[in-house]
Amino acid sequence: MSSAPAAAPAATTHDAQGRELVVSVSNLKKHFPISSGVIVQRQVGAVKAVDGVSFNVYKGETLGLVGESGCGKSTTGRTVLQLYKPTAGSVKFEGHELTTMGGNELRNMRRKMQMIFQDPFASLNPRMSVGNIVSEPLKIHNVIQNKVELQEYVEALLQRVGLNPYYVNRYPHEFSGGQRQRIGIARALALRPTFIVADEPISALDVSIQAQVVNLLEDLQEEFNLTYLFIAHDLSMVRHICDRVAVMYLGKIVEIGPTDVVYDNPLHPYTQALLSAVPVPDPMVERNRQRIILKGDVPSPARPPVGCNFNTRCPVALSGICYQDPDPELVEMEPGHFVACHRVTPF
Amino acid sequence: MGVLMEVKNLVTRFYTQEGVVYAVNDVSYVLNERETLGVVGESGSGKSVHALSIMRLIAMPPGKIEKGEVLFQGRDLLKLKNEEMRLVRGAEIAMIFQDPMTSLNPVLTIGTQITEALKLHMGMDNKAATERAAELLTMVGIPDAKRRLKNFPHQFSGGMRQRVMIAMALSCNPKLLIADEPTTALDVTIQAQIIELIKNLRDQFGMAIIWISHDLGVVAGLSDTVQVMYGGRIVERGPVEEVFGDTRHPYTLGLLRSLPRHDTSNNRERLVQIEGAPPDMRKPPTGCPFAPRCTYKIAKCEEQMPPLMPGPEAHEEHLKACWIDVRNGQPLPEAMETQHV
Repeated sequence: MSSAPAAAPAATTHDAQGRELVVSVSNLKKHFPISSGVIVQRQVGAVKAVDGVSFNVYKGETLGLVGESGCGKSTTGRTVLQLYKPTAGSVKFEGHELTTMGGNELRNMRRKMQMIFQDPFASLNPRMSVGNIVSEPLKIHNVIQNKVELQEYVEALLQRVGLNPYYVNRYPHEFSGGQRQRIGIARALALRPTFIVADEPISALDVSIQAQVVNLLEDLQEEFNLTYLFIAHDLSMVRHICDRVAVMYLGKIVEIGPTDVVYDNPLHPYTQALLSAVPVPDPMVERNRQRIILKGDVPSPARPPVGCNFNTRCPVALSGICYQDPDPELVEMEPGHFVACHRVTPF
Repeated sequence: MGVLMEVKNLVTRFYTQEGVVYAVNDVSYVLNERETLGVVGESGSGKSVHALSIMRLIAMPPGKIEKGEVLFQGRDLLKLKNEEMRLVRGAEIAMIFQDPMTSLNPVLTIGTQITEALKLHMGMDNKAATERAAELLTMVGIPDAKRRLKNFPHQFSGGMRQRVMIAMALSCNPKLLIADEPTTALDVTIQAQIIELIKNLRDQFGMAIIWISHDLGVVAGLSDTVQVMYGGRIVERGPVEEVFGDTRHPYTLGLLRSLPRHDTSNNRERLVQIEGAPPDMRKPPTGCPFAPRCTYKIAKCEEQMPPLMPGPEAHEEHLKACWIDVRNGQPLPEAMETQHV
């Protein structure tokens, strides 16, 4: 792994506290149109998958993005990487605005930002050998021309993620779920990115394999100085792996802050309910826990409620303000800990 | 509490083109009335196949229940005629599955599907069955039940569909409910709703539950007894506090150590991982199925499967299949004795 591919120049940027920014997202929106009509298609509405999300990701940290299915966490990850074209908002990567980029310019930026997918069965082409899967990014970006060098680089990469380099000519179906996820990780690492979006990288794996993959991700982060956006619904694993966590509900961030602060002192009623719903593998603790059981389901993002998005399930919603526009904004309640809730913030 | 069901030496295999899959290997246990048994294991551990074998829902071929007995209130279910078994399913033993969408018929209304069992097993007429169905839906927390009976499965959310499945399962007051990963496909807040519902209904109906899950947390909160499966075998079994508080099998111990917890801080330490991968059940190891991944293993582990036995100074109902005392890593006297026989 000595011959690292050349990377695009980085413009370093810092926030007010002097921390180095890798990604800066502001007011990001992604709306998917709902069309109707047989002959003439017209737009009758929009699924507001991501509806005004702002956050920073700092150099070397892991930011967790948690929430239930349909809350927009995966869409946020994909929109940040410009795999979806955002409806509105800005995404700055190492100081460069991505949303206005196109073609070659964007392709060059992609070298430095990669993705690990949830489903290791669907995200690897079954007709390509492991060697081809891992070397494809290198060929597309024309990083290593020499065939022998390429082969050596790929084998070293496989070794680094815990796979036998001897497997280079095998096909994905010959591997277990954990091994496939390692192939996906090797592919993401091939171009030596600085930023990786990991979209539920362990959800599809068996319990005894999850720790292996998490440990690998942590080792690689240290070794290659990586910055992660870690999308997950497993709140226990998020507490373990993330420095900061953002909780999403119906396309918006409702709470964001340092992981221990948010877990020990959750301020948003949704975060409180979410944490209280997670079972703990300890019968003594479980027996004495008081759960906040939320009523009902998440509303459709095509028809979000008027006022605060959480008002249909909120156990402490106030009649009046919580049911009127505008939605609550994120307010800093203690250093670095932001919450969007009328009940918490003074009004 | 009396014995409700006794599973004896259950062996289930699948004869596939790629070879014989040894899915369930000699599983025996006793389930009491009103007991909640949590069955924990990874994919391929045999936890689901063992439950499907009890219900005789294994597709044959390729599957085959090779041997064993399932004595449900004294009757061996495996010896019943198909027609007799049909009267047991739904009426005495009900089952709910992971994915409620694929377990409901998409072209029939919810009402039709719930009343079917009531008419078949309880001999109700249309009107009585519809009324009972509405009652059941209300009981599982579906508002506006009368109107919802006319809805189709796709008109319900995932959590609501699982509630419908539970209503159907409970419609004939079964003595045993088998739940195969019923909350795995649901979000945590919905999972909490369903578990709360099941806890209430369990007390109300006085039924026994076999709850199959890979989530140790869910099982810890719900079960009286826990049974850990690996490689088609029970490797540890006992009262829930004992299995979690005084763990005696290296696999269970490994799982518990590898899980981070969200309720304690300072868990940035490296996770203790179990090396390797679960065994390929087409070629199960000769001895203990966990031996290839076990850090405590001795030569005997790869030669002979240890029997389920109580550990030294452990609760009498707390059994484990391991030659080692995990508290000190030393082989048990049993391991030594049999070696010289």
